[in-house]
Amino acid sequence: MAENSGADILIEALLAQGVDTVFGYPGGAVLPIYDALFQHPKIRHVLVRHEAGAAHAAEGYARSTGKPGVVLVTSGPGATNAVTGIADAFMDSIPMICITGQVATNLIGSDAFQEADTIGITRHCTKHNYLVKDPAELGAVVAEAFHIATQGRPGPVVIDIPKNVQVATAEFDRHGSNATKRYIPAGDADFAAITQAVELLAKAKAPILYTGGGIINSGPDASAALRELATLSGAPVTSTLMGLGSFPASDPAWLGMLGMHGTYEANMAMNQCDVMLCLGARFDDRVTGRLDAFSPNSTKVHIDIDRSSINKTVRVDLPIVADVGKAIRQMITIWNSRKLQPQNLDEWWARIKGWRSVGSLNYPASQSEIMPQYAIERLYELTKDKAPIITTEVGQHQMWAAQHFHFDAPNKWLTSGGLGTMGYGLPAAIGAQMGNPDALVIDIAGEASIQMNIQELGTATQYRLPVKVFILNNEWMGMVRQWQQLTYESRYSNSYSDSLPDFVALAEAYGWKGIRCDDPAKLDDAIAEMLAFDGPVMFDCRVSKEANCFPMIPSGAAHTEMILHSDEVSGTMDDEAKALV
Amino acid sequence: MHIKEEFAERHVLTLTVDNEAGTLARIAGMFTARGYNIDSLTVADISEDHAISRITIVTKGPPEVIDQIIAQCERLVPVHKVTDLTDAGPHVERELALVKVSGAGDKRVEAMRLADIYRARVIDATVSSFIFEITGGPDKIDTFVALMRELGLVEVGRTGIVGLMRGSDAS
Repeated sequence: MAENSGADILIEALLAQGVDTVFGYPGGAVLPIYDALFQHPKIRHVLVRHEAGAAHAAEGYARSTGKPGVVLVTSGPGATNAVTGIADAFMDSIPMICITGQVATNLIGSDAFQEADTIGITRHCTKHNYLVKDPAELGAVVAEAFHIATQGRPGPVVIDIPKNVQVATAEFDRHGSNATKRYIPAGDADFAAITQAVELLAKAKAPILYTGGGIINSGPDASAALRELATLSGAPVTSTLMGLGSFPASDPAWLGMLGMHGTYEANMAMNQCDVMLCLGARFDDRVTGRLDAFSPNSTKVHIDIDRSSINKTVRVDLPIVADVGKAIRQMITIWNSRKLQPQNLDEWWARIKGWRSVGSLNYPASQSEIMPQYAIERLYELTKDKAPIITTEVGQHQMWAAQHFHFDAPNKWLTSGGLGTMGYGLPAAIGAQMGNPDALVIDIAGEASIQMNIQELGTATQYRLPVKVFILNNEWMGMVRQWQQLTYESRYSNSYSDSLPDFVALAEAYGWKGIRCDDPAKLDDAIAEMLAFDGPVMFDCRVSKEANCFPMIPSGAAHTEMILHSDEVSGTMDDEAKALV
Repeated sequence: MHIKEEFAERHVLTLTVDNEAGTLARIAGMFTARGYNIDSLTVADISEDHAISRITIVTKGPPEVIDQIIAQCERLVPVHKVTDLTDAGPHVERELALVKVSGAGDKRVEAMRLADIYRARVIDATVSSFIFEITGGPDKIDTFVALMRELGLVEVGRTGIVGLMRGSDAS
């Protein structure tokens, strides 16, 4: 068998995994790989403008297509710049393969030019990582890396390849891989346990399905199965930020998102339920509020593929380690084979109706300025027929988008949930557009967040990607300002977005179209103009400057202590509350 | 506001892991990253083909944290099996220590006499010093070292604990 260079073996191994798109940035320590790419036109390389953009673009590609995202960056700063995106993928369980160049093996540890301990730096923000010291290992490493990144709870895997390993030759054995042998994630649920879960759900008088990103990671069938289970059980459904779209927002059983900025009905139903079925969610602090007051009287069932998510923050009564999609299918089978009927849930639904009537997402209307919530509502109404893919940055605009944009299908909502990374949305939109060329892809942004990876405007121009960036521009780091108002008596320390660029001129400088609107009466036309343009558009939507995002569970408070929009909000908090994130 | 300390219990965990570069750093670093304690940690290759290592970790934490530690260890790709010896039932724990004592006259005689009682062996001797080798449970070694402190203790080296389940089954 002929020998190939490590770089060629890498490309062959990526092709064997079905990779057709790579997001990257060249540099000294990956030149051999870039030369091999040059000769393999089957792989499209998307040249970003900063390695953080490559990692987030790969996340957007992965989240919107269900396929792993692939990143290629050089050693040292190339790798360290990608770390935020890797950590983001780790927190949000996004399958990603990040290939990093490294200095030659004989130089490792010598403080060589562009040397960084990539393996050490990424060890605790990856699912696994490798330093490959022999090209003969590359084939097996790549195969195992894809297996680990995509199976079980998905996550990022880093493959660090020294430059001399890219040049040295070996045989590529595409058949002799042990890739799937040592990492074997959970599959079906334990039959006795899942039967017990079905019985609990069937006996519940006030059940709730609390769903998360695991449903989306489990694949489209998990979303379909969730709908069936909701119909069979008659239970209301709420979801975390990461799970939006796994259950249709148009369904009457939908309560909206739960948690810190979730709806009143979702949080009250979580607090008052008698059986909570947690499906692929992880009791994040943004969801639970104060732990000792979290859903005090419910029997809790938790189905998760990651054993370490169970009993991490909230003790549950029935833990089930399984693929959530398979587990829901098992529940449906058991429910049907036993011909179970739900309890009479009329009283439960009547209580929910009462909570809904509070209208927790209402906001003060304005004729003179664009309310940010109104902007999202109009964007939703004018694009919903196109089933757009929405990405966001992080902050108030993200929460308003989660509250007022509604999703009926999975893989349409891409946001940085766990790590909360400003600068995620634009590159994620680029990645999503690469994976879905015909889709309408919109990054709902804030004027502060968008500046964190604004250099990626050039990437969209280069690849003629018609992404839309819709900036809710209130001239503040809005969520920081809101917390300062609520917690620090309106001492607005460094949260004003001073010296903003002219976003329209900036867009035009990059070859984009720029649109500005500050009049609610003209908003629909301006959005229509954005949608009609066949190319990338940056929309500078000037919104009410000091609008707050409500409802809100303040730091250290319980689900029942939500602040609604009409409540008095300015003030201070005690140290215990200030210390919480 | 002050930082609160939580009640903690001691557990001995054994891990069977792939003997490859970075595995120890991955496990030890995970403990630091997640704020878990390591009282002692030992690691050595245990298989004929040098593919598998066994790690023994003594840790402290409330029961729910111990449960998380086990789950977080199991989540790591090179970790094959984690056993909580403290929970699993009867087991043995042993540690080896080297204890250097220097002195003359009565103190030197007394150190020898105590070493005999504690079944410590002399593995190096000069006219003014001994190195004792002692194995046993951590309490026994603590006590022996405390006694030697009064008799001219110079320095101590301890291996940390290794442990196995009692009975015929593997842990």
